[in-house]
Amino acid sequence: MKQSLFEARHKAEWERFTLALERLEHGKDTSQAASFPKVYRRLCQHLALAQERGYSSFLIDSLQQLVLRGHQQLYRHRSRFGANLLGFILADFPRLVRAEWPFVLAAGLMFFGSLIGFASLVYAFPELIYNLIPAEQVRDMQSMYDPVAGHLGRSAERAASEDWVMFGYYVMHNIGIAFQTFASGLLLGVGSAFFLFYNGLIIGAVAGHLTEIGFGQTFWSFVIGHGAFELSAIALAGAAGLKLGWAVIAPGRLTRGEALVEAARKSVLLVCGVTLFLLIAAFIEAYWSSKTGVTPPIKYAVGAALWLAVAAYLLFAGRTRHAPE
Amino acid sequence: MLENTALPRKAPLKPPLDTRYQVETPEGIDLPLRPAGLMVRSLAFGIDLGIRGAILGVLFLLLAFLGQLGMGLGSLLLFAVSWWYMVLFEVLRQGRSPGKQWMGLRVIHDDGTPIGWSASLLRNLLRFVDLLPFGYFLGAISCLQHPTFKRLGDIAAGTLVVYSERALLRPQLPDAQPRSSPVPLNLGEQRALLAFAERQAELSPARVNELAALLAQPLHISAPKAVSELNGIARGLLGPT
Repeated sequence: MKQSLFEARHKAEWERFTLALERLEHGKDTSQAASFPKVYRRLCQHLALAQERGYSSFLIDSLQQLVLRGHQQLYRHRSRFGANLLGFILADFPRLVRAEWPFVLAAGLMFFGSLIGFASLVYAFPELIYNLIPAEQVRDMQSMYDPVAGHLGRSAERAASEDWVMFGYYVMHNIGIAFQTFASGLLLGVGSAFFLFYNGLIIGAVAGHLTEIGFGQTFWSFVIGHGAFELSAIALAGAAGLKLGWAVIAPGRLTRGEALVEAARKSVLLVCGVTLFLLIAAFIEAYWSSKTGVTPPIKYAVGAALWLAVAAYLLFAGRTRHAPE
Repeated sequence: MLENTALPRKAPLKPPLDTRYQVETPEGIDLPLRPAGLMVRSLAFGIDLGIRGAILGVLFLLLAFLGQLGMGLGSLLLFAVSWWYMVLFEVLRQGRSPGKQWMGLRVIHDDGTPIGWSASLLRNLLRFVDLLPFGYFLGAISCLQHPTFKRLGDIAAGTLVVYSERALLRPQLPDAQPRSSPVPLNLGEQRALLAFAERQAELSPARVNELAALLAQPLHISAPKAVSELNGIARGLLGPT
Protein backbone atom coordinates (compact mmCIF):
# COMPACT_ATOMS: atom_id res chain seq x y z
CA MET A 1 0.00 0.00 0.00
CA LYS A 2 1.31 3.44 -0.90
CA GLN A 3 1.79 5.93 1.91
CA SER A 4 -0.79 8.46 0.71
CA LEU A 5 -3.50 5.80 0.62
CA PHE A 6 -2.49 4.55 4.06
CA GLU A 7 -2.61 8.07 5.45
CA ALA A 8 -5.95 8.84 3.85
CA ARG A 9 -7.44 5.68 5.25
CA HIS A 10 -6.38 6.19 8.87
CA LYS A 11 -6.12 9.93 9.19
CA ALA A 12 -9.49 10.35 10.87
CA GLU A 13 -8.66 7.69 13.44
CA TRP A 14 -5.35 9.35 14.31
CA GLU A 15 -7.02 12.69 14.74
CA ARG A 16 -9.60 11.20 17.07
CA PHE A 17 -6.78 9.58 19.05
CA THR A 18 -4.96 12.91 19.31
CA LEU A 19 -8.09 14.53 20.70
CA ALA A 20 -8.59 11.71 23.21
CA LEU A 21 -4.95 12.10 24.27
CA GLU A 22 -5.33 15.81 24.82
CA ARG A 23 -8.39 15.23 26.98
CA LEU A 24 -6.56 12.62 29.07
CA GLU A 25 -3.44 14.74 29.40
CA HIS A 26 -5.44 17.59 30.82
CA GLY A 27 -7.17 15.12 33.10
CA LYS A 28 -10.59 16.28 31.95
CA ASP A 29 -12.81 13.78 30.34
CA THR A 30 -12.20 10.09 31.01
CA SER A 31 -15.50 8.85 29.61
CA GLN A 32 -13.86 7.29 26.57
CA ALA A 33 -11.00 5.81 28.57
CA ALA A 34 -12.38 2.30 28.20
CA SER A 35 -11.79 2.21 24.46
CA PHE A 36 -8.38 3.85 24.79
CA PRO A 37 -6.18 0.72 25.03
CA LYS A 38 -7.74 -0.77 21.91
CA VAL A 39 -7.24 2.38 19.87
CA TYR A 40 -3.72 2.72 21.24
CA ARG A 41 -2.81 -0.81 20.16
CA ARG A 42 -4.19 -0.18 16.67
CA LEU A 43 -1.96 2.86 16.50
CA CYS A 44 1.01 0.71 17.50
CA GLN A 45 0.15 -1.59 14.64
CA HIS A 46 -0.01 1.34 12.23
CA LEU A 47 3.41 2.49 13.40
CA ALA A 48 4.86 -0.99 12.92
CA LEU A 49 3.36 -1.15 9.42
CA ALA A 50 4.66 2.28 8.55
CA GLN A 51 8.16 1.31 9.63
CA GLU A 52 8.01 -2.01 7.87
CA ARG A 53 6.87 -0.44 4.60
CA GLY A 54 9.49 2.28 4.65
CA TYR A 55 7.11 5.23 4.78
CA SER A 56 8.52 8.72 5.17
CA SER A 57 10.21 9.98 8.31
CA PHE A 58 7.54 12.59 8.92
CA LEU A 59 4.78 9.99 9.13
CA ILE A 60 6.82 7.62 11.26
CA ASP A 61 7.96 10.37 13.61
CA SER A 62 4.48 11.72 14.15
CA LEU A 63 3.09 8.22 14.75
CA GLN A 64 5.95 7.60 17.16
CA GLN A 65 5.05 10.75 19.07
CA LEU A 66 1.43 9.68 19.30
CA VAL A 67 2.44 6.22 20.53
CA LEU A 68 4.81 7.72 23.08
CA ARG A 69 2.08 9.97 24.42
CA GLY A 70 -0.36 7.09 24.48
CA HIS A 71 2.19 4.94 26.29
CA GLN A 72 2.55 7.64 28.93
CA GLN A 73 -1.19 7.57 29.52
CA LEU A 74 -1.63 3.81 29.48
CA TYR A 75 1.31 2.54 31.52
CA ARG A 76 2.13 3.69 35.03
CA HIS A 77 4.27 2.41 37.85
CA ARG A 78 2.05 1.44 40.71
CA SER A 79 2.69 3.79 43.57
CA ARG A 80 3.29 1.90 46.79
CA PHE A 81 2.47 4.66 49.18
CA GLY A 82 0.12 7.58 49.09
CA ALA A 83 -2.63 5.30 47.88
CA ASN A 84 -2.93 3.61 51.24
CA LEU A 85 -1.05 5.63 53.77
CA LEU A 86 -2.81 3.88 56.62
CA GLY A 87 -1.72 0.44 55.45
CA PHE A 88 1.81 1.72 55.14
CA ILE A 89 1.84 3.09 58.68
CA LEU A 90 0.08 0.15 60.29
CA ALA A 91 1.86 -2.71 58.58
CA ASP A 92 4.15 -2.12 55.62
CA PHE A 93 6.67 0.14 57.30
CA PRO A 94 7.36 -2.00 60.40
CA ARG A 95 7.41 -5.09 58.16
CA LEU A 96 9.97 -3.46 55.93
CA VAL A 97 12.09 -2.49 58.93
CA ARG A 98 12.05 -6.10 60.13
CA ALA A 99 12.81 -7.42 56.65
CA GLU A 100 15.88 -5.17 56.45
CA TRP A 101 17.06 -6.12 59.95
CA PRO A 102 20.75 -6.58 59.05
CA PHE A 103 21.01 -2.97 57.92
CA VAL A 104 18.89 -1.71 60.79
CA LEU A 105 21.09 -3.63 63.22
CA ALA A 106 24.30 -2.32 61.66
CA ALA A 107 23.05 1.27 61.60
CA GLY A 108 21.71 0.95 65.14
CA LEU A 109 25.04 -0.35 66.40
CA MET A 110 26.96 2.44 64.68
CA PHE A 111 24.69 5.19 65.95
CA PHE A 112 23.80 4.07 69.45
CA GLY A 113 27.23 2.49 69.90
CA SER A 114 28.97 5.77 69.18
CA LEU A 115 26.37 7.67 71.24
CA ILE A 116 26.74 5.50 74.34
CA GLY A 117 30.47 5.11 73.84
CA PHE A 118 31.17 8.83 73.71
CA ALA A 119 28.68 9.58 76.49
CA SER A 120 30.57 7.24 78.83
CA LEU A 121 33.96 8.49 77.65
CA VAL A 122 33.05 12.13 78.27
CA TYR A 123 31.46 11.20 81.61
CA ALA A 124 34.66 9.43 82.65
CA PHE A 125 37.08 12.03 81.22
CA PRO A 126 35.27 15.41 81.38
CA GLU A 127 38.02 17.39 79.59
CA LEU A 128 37.49 15.31 76.48
CA ILE A 129 34.38 17.35 75.58
CA TYR A 130 36.56 20.31 74.56
CA ASN A 131 38.41 18.12 72.08
CA LEU A 132 35.13 17.05 70.48
CA ILE A 133 32.97 20.17 70.50
CA PRO A 134 34.06 23.85 70.30
CA ALA A 135 34.05 25.59 73.67
CA GLU A 136 31.41 28.16 72.63
CA GLN A 137 28.92 25.47 71.75
CA VAL A 138 29.59 23.74 75.04
CA ARG A 139 28.81 27.00 76.81
CA ASP A 140 25.57 27.43 74.83
CA MET A 141 24.54 23.89 75.71
CA GLN A 142 25.23 24.51 79.38
CA SER A 143 23.17 27.68 79.52
CA MET A 144 20.36 25.93 77.66
CA TYR A 145 20.03 23.13 80.19
CA ASP A 146 20.98 25.09 83.30
CA PRO A 147 18.55 23.88 86.00
CA VAL A 148 18.65 27.29 87.72
CA ALA A 149 17.29 29.07 84.65
CA GLY A 150 14.02 27.16 84.87
CA HIS A 151 13.29 26.83 81.19
CA LEU A 152 14.19 24.27 78.62
CA GLY A 153 15.29 23.79 75.08
CA ARG A 154 16.33 27.14 73.73
CA SER A 155 16.96 30.18 75.86
CA ALA A 156 14.33 32.80 76.90
CA GLU A 157 10.78 32.24 78.03
CA ARG A 158 8.79 30.35 75.50
CA ALA A 159 5.31 31.42 74.60
CA ALA A 160 2.98 29.24 72.56
CA SER A 161 4.03 31.02 69.39
CA GLU A 162 7.62 30.08 70.14
CA ASP A 163 6.71 26.40 70.32
CA TRP A 164 5.57 26.85 66.77
CA VAL A 165 8.88 28.45 65.79
CA MET A 166 10.76 25.55 67.29
CA PHE A 167 8.49 23.06 65.56
CA GLY A 168 9.42 24.58 62.21
CA TYR A 169 13.08 24.61 63.15
CA TYR A 170 13.09 20.99 64.30
CA VAL A 171 11.30 19.81 61.18
CA MET A 172 13.77 21.53 58.88
CA HIS A 173 16.88 20.67 60.84
CA ASN A 174 16.18 17.06 61.78
CA ILE A 175 14.60 15.90 58.55
CA GLY A 176 17.46 17.57 56.70
CA ILE A 177 19.94 15.52 58.75
CA ALA A 178 17.98 12.31 58.14
CA PHE A 179 17.88 12.97 54.38
CA GLN A 180 21.63 13.60 54.34
CA THR A 181 22.31 10.44 56.31
CA PHE A 182 20.26 8.46 53.81
CA ALA A 183 21.51 10.04 50.59
CA SER A 184 25.19 9.85 51.41
CA GLY A 185 24.80 6.08 51.70
CA LEU A 186 25.11 5.99 47.93
CA LEU A 187 28.86 6.52 48.41
CA LEU A 188 29.32 2.80 49.16
CA GLY A 189 27.65 3.32 52.53
CA VAL A 190 30.57 5.39 53.81
CA GLY A 191 28.53 8.60 54.03
CA SER A 192 25.76 7.01 56.07
CA ALA A 193 28.27 5.35 58.37
CA PHE A 194 30.00 8.69 58.85
CA PHE A 195 26.81 10.61 59.66
CA LEU A 196 25.60 7.87 62.02
CA PHE A 197 28.90 7.86 63.85
CA TYR A 198 29.24 11.65 63.85
CA ASN A 199 25.73 12.38 65.10
CA GLY A 200 26.15 9.69 67.74
CA LEU A 201 29.39 11.33 68.78
CA ILE A 202 27.92 14.82 69.16
CA ILE A 203 24.78 13.74 70.96
CA GLY A 204 26.72 11.33 73.18
CA ALA A 205 29.36 13.88 74.08
CA VAL A 206 26.76 16.50 75.01
CA ALA A 207 24.77 14.00 77.06
CA GLY A 208 27.87 12.78 78.89
CA HIS A 209 29.07 16.30 79.59
CA LEU A 210 25.74 17.65 80.86
CA THR A 211 25.25 14.64 83.10
CA GLU A 212 28.76 14.98 84.46
CA ILE A 213 28.35 18.66 85.44
CA GLY A 214 25.04 17.88 87.15
CA PHE A 215 22.54 19.15 84.56
CA GLY A 216 21.38 15.59 83.98
CA GLN A 217 17.88 16.11 85.32
CA THR A 218 16.96 18.97 82.96
CA PHE A 219 18.70 17.38 79.97
CA TRP A 220 17.37 13.84 80.22
CA SER A 221 13.83 14.85 81.09
CA PHE A 222 13.87 17.12 78.05
CA VAL A 223 15.23 14.66 75.50
CA ILE A 224 13.73 11.36 76.58
CA GLY A 225 10.30 11.95 75.06
CA HIS A 226 11.08 12.92 71.51
CA GLY A 227 14.34 10.95 71.54
CA ALA A 228 12.34 7.77 71.06
CA PHE A 229 11.25 8.91 67.62
CA GLU A 230 14.16 11.12 66.69
CA LEU A 231 17.04 8.78 67.47
CA SER A 232 15.40 5.69 66.00
CA ALA A 233 14.53 7.72 62.90
CA ILE A 234 18.18 8.72 62.40
CA ALA A 235 19.24 5.09 62.80
CA LEU A 236 16.61 3.97 60.28
CA ALA A 237 17.64 6.65 57.79
CA GLY A 238 21.19 5.36 58.15
CA ALA A 239 19.98 1.81 57.59
CA ALA A 240 18.28 2.89 54.36
CA GLY A 241 21.53 4.55 53.27
CA LEU A 242 23.61 1.49 54.12
CA LYS A 243 21.24 -0.61 52.04
CA LEU A 244 21.94 1.61 49.02
CA GLY A 245 25.67 1.35 49.54
CA TRP A 246 25.54 -2.39 50.05
CA ALA A 247 23.65 -2.85 46.77
CA VAL A 248 26.60 -1.22 45.00
CA ILE A 249 29.23 -3.19 46.93
CA ALA A 250 27.56 -6.61 46.69
CA PRO A 251 24.91 -6.60 43.95
CA GLY A 252 24.48 -10.39 43.99
CA ARG A 253 23.20 -11.78 40.72
CA LEU A 254 22.03 -8.46 39.31
CA THR A 255 24.13 -5.81 37.62
CA ARG A 256 25.17 -3.00 39.96
CA GLY A 257 22.71 -0.62 38.32
CA GLU A 258 19.77 -2.99 38.67
CA ALA A 259 20.67 -3.91 42.23
CA LEU A 260 20.84 -0.22 43.09
CA VAL A 261 17.44 0.52 41.58
CA GLU A 262 15.97 -2.45 43.43
CA ALA A 263 17.48 -1.39 46.78
CA ALA A 264 16.56 2.25 46.24
CA ARG A 265 12.93 1.34 45.73
CA LYS A 266 12.78 -0.18 49.21
CA SER A 267 15.00 2.42 50.86
CA VAL A 268 12.79 5.28 49.79
CA LEU A 269 9.89 3.66 51.63
CA LEU A 270 12.06 3.50 54.73
CA VAL A 271 12.84 7.19 54.29
CA CYS A 272 9.13 7.99 54.11
CA GLY A 273 8.62 6.21 57.42
CA VAL A 274 11.58 8.10 58.85
CA THR A 275 10.05 11.40 57.76
CA LEU A 276 6.86 10.49 59.55
CA PHE A 277 8.80 9.61 62.71
CA LEU A 278 10.63 12.92 62.60
CA LEU A 279 7.41 14.89 62.19
CA ILE A 280 6.09 13.20 65.32
CA ALA A 281 9.39 13.84 67.09
CA ALA A 282 9.35 17.54 66.16
CA PHE A 283 5.81 17.81 67.44
CA ILE A 284 6.65 16.18 70.77
CA GLU A 285 9.84 18.19 71.09
CA ALA A 286 8.10 21.51 70.52
CA TYR A 287 4.92 20.95 72.49
CA TRP A 288 5.68 18.37 75.19
CA SER A 289 9.40 18.12 75.94
CA SER A 290 9.72 21.85 76.48
CA LYS A 291 6.85 22.09 78.97
CA THR A 292 8.30 23.31 82.23
CA GLY A 293 5.16 22.72 84.29
CA VAL A 294 5.52 18.95 84.13
CA THR A 295 7.70 17.33 86.78
CA PRO A 296 10.67 15.21 85.63
CA PRO A 297 9.24 11.89 86.95
CA ILE A 298 6.19 12.25 84.72
CA LYS A 299 8.43 13.11 81.78
CA TYR A 300 10.55 10.05 82.42
CA ALA A 301 7.44 7.87 82.61
CA VAL A 302 5.99 9.26 79.40
CA GLY A 303 9.39 9.04 77.72
CA ALA A 304 9.82 5.41 78.71
CA ALA A 305 6.33 4.66 77.46
CA LEU A 306 7.17 6.29 74.11
CA TRP A 307 10.38 4.26 73.77
CA LEU A 308 8.43 1.08 74.51
CA ALA A 309 5.75 2.11 72.03
CA VAL A 310 8.29 2.68 69.27
CA ALA A 311 10.00 -0.63 69.99
CA ALA A 312 6.70 -2.50 70.11
CA TYR A 313 5.55 -0.80 66.91
CA LEU A 314 8.67 -1.72 64.97
CA LEU A 315 8.76 -5.26 66.37
CA PHE A 316 5.14 -6.31 66.34
CA ALA A 317 3.00 -4.12 64.10
CA GLY A 318 1.78 -5.82 60.95
CA ARG A 319 2.61 -9.35 62.08
CA THR A 320 -0.96 -10.51 61.65
CA ARG A 321 -1.96 -10.62 58.04
CA HIS A 322 -5.54 -9.50 58.24
CA ALA A 323 -5.42 -6.55 60.60
CA PRO A 324 -4.58 -3.53 58.44
CA GLU A 325 -6.02 -4.77 55.16
CA MET B 1 21.73 -1.97 -7.30
CA LEU B 2 22.97 0.14 -4.47
CA GLU B 3 25.55 -1.13 -2.06
CA ASN B 4 23.65 -2.81 0.70
CA THR B 5 24.47 -0.46 3.54
CA ALA B 6 20.92 -0.27 4.84
CA LEU B 7 19.39 -2.92 7.04
CA PRO B 8 17.74 -6.01 5.61
CA ARG B 9 14.02 -6.21 6.24
CA LYS B 10 13.90 -8.51 9.24
CA ALA B 11 17.13 -7.55 10.96
CA PRO B 12 16.89 -6.30 14.53
CA LEU B 13 17.59 -2.60 14.78
CA LYS B 14 21.15 -1.66 15.58
CA PRO B 15 21.58 0.75 18.48
CA PRO B 16 21.40 4.22 16.95
CA LEU B 17 24.58 6.16 16.32
CA ASP B 18 23.30 9.24 18.09
CA THR B 19 22.28 9.53 21.75
CA ARG B 20 18.75 8.28 21.21
CA TYR B 21 17.61 5.68 23.70
CA GLN B 22 15.20 2.98 22.54
CA VAL B 23 12.48 1.70 24.85
CA GLU B 24 10.62 -1.37 23.72
CA THR B 25 6.95 -1.23 24.69
CA PRO B 26 4.81 -4.31 25.45
CA GLU B 27 3.31 -3.88 21.97
CA GLY B 28 6.71 -4.57 20.42
CA ILE B 29 7.25 -0.98 19.32
CA ASP B 30 10.59 0.75 19.81
CA LEU B 31 10.08 4.23 21.18
CA PRO B 32 13.07 6.50 20.70
CA LEU B 33 13.70 8.91 23.57
CA ARG B 34 16.22 11.71 23.39
CA PRO B 35 18.14 12.04 26.67
CA ALA B 36 19.24 15.55 27.58
CA GLY B 37 22.90 16.29 28.21
CA LEU B 38 24.73 18.09 30.98
CA MET B 39 24.61 21.62 29.60
CA VAL B 40 20.89 21.95 29.01
CA ARG B 41 20.19 20.25 32.33
CA SER B 42 22.40 22.63 34.25
CA LEU B 43 20.66 25.56 32.58
CA ALA B 44 17.30 24.15 33.64
CA PHE B 45 18.62 23.69 37.16
CA GLY B 46 19.92 27.26 37.18
CA ILE B 47 16.47 28.56 36.25
CA ASP B 48 14.87 26.47 38.98
CA LEU B 49 17.42 27.72 41.49
CA GLY B 50 16.60 31.31 40.56
CA ILE B 51 12.87 30.71 40.88
CA ARG B 52 13.31 29.07 44.28
CA GLY B 53 15.45 31.95 45.44
CA ALA B 54 12.81 34.44 44.30
CA ILE B 55 9.99 32.51 46.01
CA LEU B 56 11.89 32.33 49.29
CA GLY B 57 12.92 35.97 49.10
CA VAL B 58 9.36 37.20 48.60
CA LEU B 59 7.92 34.88 51.24
CA PHE B 60 10.50 35.83 53.84
CA LEU B 61 9.77 39.51 53.24
CA LEU B 62 6.06 38.83 53.79
CA LEU B 63 6.65 36.59 56.80
CA ALA B 64 8.90 39.15 58.45
CA PHE B 65 5.71 41.08 59.25
CA LEU B 66 4.24 38.10 61.08
CA GLY B 67 6.95 37.94 63.74
CA GLN B 68 7.28 34.66 65.65
CA LEU B 69 4.62 32.84 63.70
CA GLY B 70 6.36 33.96 60.55
CA MET B 71 9.68 32.50 61.72
CA GLY B 72 8.12 29.09 62.29
CA LEU B 73 6.37 29.23 58.96
CA GLY B 74 9.62 30.40 57.40
CA SER B 75 11.53 27.33 58.54
CA LEU B 76 8.78 25.05 57.31
CA LEU B 77 8.77 26.88 53.98
CA LEU B 78 12.53 26.68 53.67
CA PHE B 79 12.27 22.96 54.26
CA ALA B 80 9.40 22.56 51.82
CA VAL B 81 11.02 24.59 49.07
CA SER B 82 14.48 23.11 49.38
CA TRP B 83 13.42 19.44 49.53
CA TRP B 84 9.99 19.34 47.87
CA TYR B 85 9.97 21.93 45.09
CA MET B 86 11.34 19.54 42.47
CA VAL B 87 9.33 16.53 43.66
CA LEU B 88 5.99 18.33 43.60
CA PHE B 89 6.55 19.86 40.18
CA GLU B 90 7.88 16.65 38.66
CA VAL B 91 5.05 14.46 39.87
CA LEU B 92 2.16 16.86 39.45
CA ARG B 93 3.23 18.46 36.16
CA GLN B 94 4.23 15.45 34.05
CA GLY B 95 7.91 15.53 34.93
CA ARG B 96 8.43 19.23 34.29
CA SER B 97 9.76 21.69 36.82
CA PRO B 98 9.55 25.29 35.55
CA GLY B 99 13.22 25.25 34.55
CA LYS B 100 12.85 21.99 32.67
CA GLN B 101 9.73 23.24 30.96
CA TRP B 102 11.60 26.32 29.85
CA MET B 103 14.42 24.25 28.38
CA GLY B 104 11.97 21.76 26.84
CA LEU B 105 12.91 18.86 29.13
CA ARG B 106 10.98 16.38 31.22
CA VAL B 107 11.75 13.56 33.63
CA ILE B 108 10.38 10.07 33.02
CA HIS B 109 11.10 6.55 34.23
CA ASP B 110 13.70 4.90 32.02
CA ASP B 111 11.02 2.55 30.68
CA GLY B 112 9.16 5.52 29.22
CA THR B 113 6.39 5.73 31.83
CA PRO B 114 5.60 8.99 33.67
CA ILE B 115 7.56 9.60 36.85
CA GLY B 116 5.89 8.76 40.19
CA TRP B 117 6.32 9.83 43.78
CA SER B 118 8.84 7.24 44.81
CA ALA B 119 11.24 7.74 41.90
CA SER B 120 10.99 11.52 42.05
CA LEU B 121 11.58 11.58 45.79
CA LEU B 122 14.62 9.33 45.37
CA ARG B 123 16.26 11.25 42.58
CA ASN B 124 15.81 14.50 44.45
CA LEU B 125 16.98 13.16 47.82
CA LEU B 126 20.09 11.72 46.19
CA ARG B 127 20.80 15.15 44.73
CA PHE B 128 22.69 15.63 47.99
CA VAL B 129 25.30 13.11 46.81
CA ASP B 130 25.47 14.57 43.32
CA LEU B 131 26.28 17.92 44.91
CA LEU B 132 29.40 16.51 46.58
CA PRO B 133 32.15 17.54 47.07
CA PHE B 134 31.13 20.94 45.62
CA GLY B 135 28.96 22.34 42.82
CA TYR B 136 27.48 19.11 41.42
CA PHE B 137 30.94 17.62 40.82
CA LEU B 138 29.94 13.96 41.20
CA GLY B 139 26.68 14.54 39.35
CA ALA B 140 28.49 16.15 36.43
CA ILE B 141 31.07 13.35 36.21
CA SER B 142 28.36 10.71 36.32
CA CYS B 143 26.29 12.61 33.75
CA LEU B 144 29.22 12.96 31.35
CA GLN B 145 30.29 9.33 31.41
CA HIS B 146 26.82 7.75 31.27
CA PRO B 147 25.45 6.79 27.84
CA THR B 148 22.07 8.37 28.65
CA PHE B 149 23.46 11.22 30.78
CA LYS B 150 22.19 10.06 34.16
CA ARG B 151 23.45 11.58 37.35
CA LEU B 152 23.78 9.33 40.41
CA GLY B 153 20.26 10.11 41.57
CA ASP B 154 18.88 9.15 38.17
CA ILE B 155 20.77 5.85 38.19
CA ALA B 156 19.40 4.86 41.59
CA ALA B 157 15.86 6.04 40.90
CA GLY B 158 15.76 4.59 37.37
CA THR B 159 14.78 7.90 35.81
CA LEU B 160 15.80 9.72 32.67
CA VAL B 161 15.71 13.38 31.66
CA VAL B 162 14.61 13.64 28.02
CA TYR B 163 13.67 16.34 25.57
CA SER B 164 9.91 16.66 25.40
CA GLU B 165 8.44 15.97 22.02
CA ARG B 166 7.59 18.99 19.87
CA ALA B 167 4.72 19.18 17.45
CA LEU B 168 5.87 18.27 13.93
CA LEU B 169 4.98 20.35 10.91
CA ARG B 170 4.14 18.53 7.74
CA PRO B 171 6.99 19.24 5.31
CA GLN B 172 6.07 20.46 1.84
CA LEU B 173 7.36 18.05 -0.78
CA PRO B 174 8.80 19.75 -3.88
CA ASP B 175 6.67 19.46 -7.02
CA ALA B 176 7.67 16.71 -9.42
CA GLN B 177 6.13 14.16 -11.71
CA PRO B 178 5.68 10.94 -9.71
CA ARG B 179 7.65 8.05 -11.17
CA SER B 180 8.78 4.65 -10.04
CA SER B 181 12.36 3.90 -9.15
CA PRO B 182 14.48 2.39 -11.92
CA VAL B 183 16.06 -0.04 -9.46
CA PRO B 184 14.40 -1.84 -6.54
CA LEU B 185 15.01 -0.01 -3.29
CA ASN B 186 15.25 -1.53 0.14
CA LEU B 187 13.67 -0.08 3.24
CA GLY B 188 16.48 2.17 4.36
CA GLU B 189 16.99 3.50 0.85
CA GLN B 190 13.30 4.32 0.52
CA ARG B 191 13.38 6.27 3.76
CA ALA B 192 16.56 8.04 2.75
CA LEU B 193 14.99 9.17 -0.54
CA LEU B 194 11.83 10.34 1.22
CA ALA B 195 13.90 12.17 3.80
CA PHE B 196 15.84 13.84 0.99
CA ALA B 197 12.60 15.16 -0.45
CA GLU B 198 11.11 16.14 2.91
CA ARG B 199 14.19 18.01 4.10
CA GLN B 200 14.96 19.76 0.84
CA ALA B 201 13.59 23.09 1.99
CA GLU B 202 16.08 23.15 4.88
CA LEU B 203 19.12 22.60 2.63
CA SER B 204 20.94 25.04 0.40
CA PRO B 205 20.47 24.47 -3.37
CA ALA B 206 24.17 23.69 -3.77
CA ARG B 207 24.01 21.00 -1.13
CA VAL B 208 20.82 19.56 -2.66
CA ASN B 209 22.53 19.30 -6.05
CA GLU B 210 25.63 17.78 -4.51
CA LEU B 211 23.64 15.08 -2.70
CA ALA B 212 21.54 14.32 -5.75
CA ALA B 213 24.61 14.04 -7.97
CA LEU B 214 25.96 11.30 -5.71
CA LEU B 215 22.88 9.21 -6.38
CA ALA B 216 22.57 9.82 -10.12
CA GLN B 217 24.92 7.07 -11.21
CA PRO B 218 23.77 4.17 -8.94
CA LEU B 219 20.08 4.94 -9.61
CA HIS B 220 20.62 5.23 -13.40
CA ILE B 221 19.08 8.69 -13.66
CA SER B 222 20.36 11.60 -15.65
CA ALA B 223 22.84 13.65 -13.65
CA PRO B 224 21.71 17.20 -14.66
CA LYS B 225 18.09 16.50 -13.72
CA ALA B 226 18.98 14.36 -10.69
CA VAL B 227 17.14 16.54 -8.15
CA SER B 228 13.81 16.55 -9.92
CA GLU B 229 14.16 12.85 -10.74
CA LEU B 230 14.79 12.02 -7.07
CA ASN B 231 11.80 14.15 -6.02
CA GLY B 232 9.76 12.27 -8.59
CA ILE B 233 10.81 8.93 -7.14
CA ALA B 234 9.98 10.19 -3.63
CA ARG B 235 6.53 11.27 -4.81
CA GLY B 236 6.14 7.94 -6.50
CA LEU B 237 6.90 6.18 -3.24
CA LEU B 238 4.26 8.25 -1.47
CA GLY B 239 1.40 8.07 -3.90
CA PRO B 240 0.13 6.59 -7.16
CA THR B 241 2.47 6.39 -10.11
